[in-house]
Amino acid sequence: MRTVIVGCGRVGAVLAERLAREGHDVTIIDTNTEAFSRLEPDFPGQAIRADGTDEDVLRRVGTDTADWFFALTEGDNRNAFAAQMASETFSVKNVVAKVNDPVRAEAYTQLGLATICRTRLLVDALSQYAGLAADPGASGVRQVERHHDHLDDGATPVGAGHPEH
Amino acid sequence: MYIVVVGGGKVGYYLAKELLEAGHELVILEKNAARARQISDELGSIVLNRDGCEGKHLAEAGANRAAIVAAVTGDDEDNLVMCQMAKHHFDVPKTIARVNNPRNEDLFKHLGVNEIISPTRMVLGAVEQDIPVHELLHLAQLKGGEMELVEAQITESSPALGRKSTDIALPEGSSLFLLLRGSQVQQIRADTVFQAGDKVLAVAKGDAGEAVLRRELIGDDAPVGSPS
Repeated sequence: MRTVIVGCGRVGAVLAERLAREGHDVTIIDTNTEAFSRLEPDFPGQAIRADGTDEDVLRRVGTDTADWFFALTEGDNRNAFAAQMASETFSVKNVVAKVNDPVRAEAYTQLGLATICRTRLLVDALSQYAGLAADPGASGVRQVERHHDHLDDGATPVGAGHPEH
Repeated sequence: MYIVVVGGGKVGYYLAKELLEAGHELVILEKNAARARQISDELGSIVLNRDGCEGKHLAEAGANRAAIVAAVTGDDEDNLVMCQMAKHHFDVPKTIARVNNPRNEDLFKHLGVNEIISPTRMVLGAVEQDIPVHELLHLAQLKGGEMELVEAQITESSPALGRKSTDIALPEGSSLFLLLRGSQVQQIRADTVFQAGDKVLAVAKGDAGEAVLRRELIGDDAPVGSPS
């Protein structure tokens, strides 16, 4: 599977490593070359210094043929922007945006964009750890609300359209 | 009318100033504290020193009762997200976004921003009026510069439009030889009739030859800025 990741922070770098080691064709983009030092020296994917919110850049790295697109920069808006460009302009089927502001995460989920909200995830995890019941109205894990291809080939496909089976 | 202006840069500042003078009620969201102070010194306490992109700050600014949200920061991603939040989360009837990269215009339109203002596109439009669109294109020099391989595009105003190639009087040493029509390439024959959109490859001998080709194929009313 082809995967494009925008943002080589901690999450982006670790995810890129992991997917690449499991055989994915991974391209990771960051505006800062130093960010790539988070990758192992023998990272098997491609690391490209460029602006991942620029349409020309995304075209150049072959976003139109990507199976997965992860927007994981430090900026919520950059992520929401890049992710919508991936899904609207390049018709990528599986797009996830990291949106740490819960209000925006909620709003984008309603617009049909799969979001992952670190704030919510941590609050949920910590609350659970402290023995509180899960907050019924809010979930940090909004990425599973849409039907999409499963990343892990061994997993049971969720919904339709699993290309590997 | 209540208007939320996101971004207190030059555009946001002058926009707010004009709107205030016209009697509208408004608030500017500006995330830079120094800039926010500067604007409130000039325009009064209409500035919220907040990152407009944070959902709760938009609520604080009263986005839910705004008639218009105008996102005019220098960052396209911020402008898009602001407008989307305003529209879908706060039901603002009209959203206006400044688009800095003209390539992003379609995406903005597609994602439901009501009005798109692109300063880049506007300047580009003004610049392009002065760029000769249909000049003779110099492709290569032949015989040490004595001759030139050129390309000319036939337009609706070309003197050569609808004429046969043999009707075009060319000086000695110059000739028309290839025609690019759509995706087809063909040799120019005696019975070739020129159509609008055709690209003609020709060899021009010297400045005189070029002048004739330009006159016959492009026309005398060459746009401003073309070399004589």
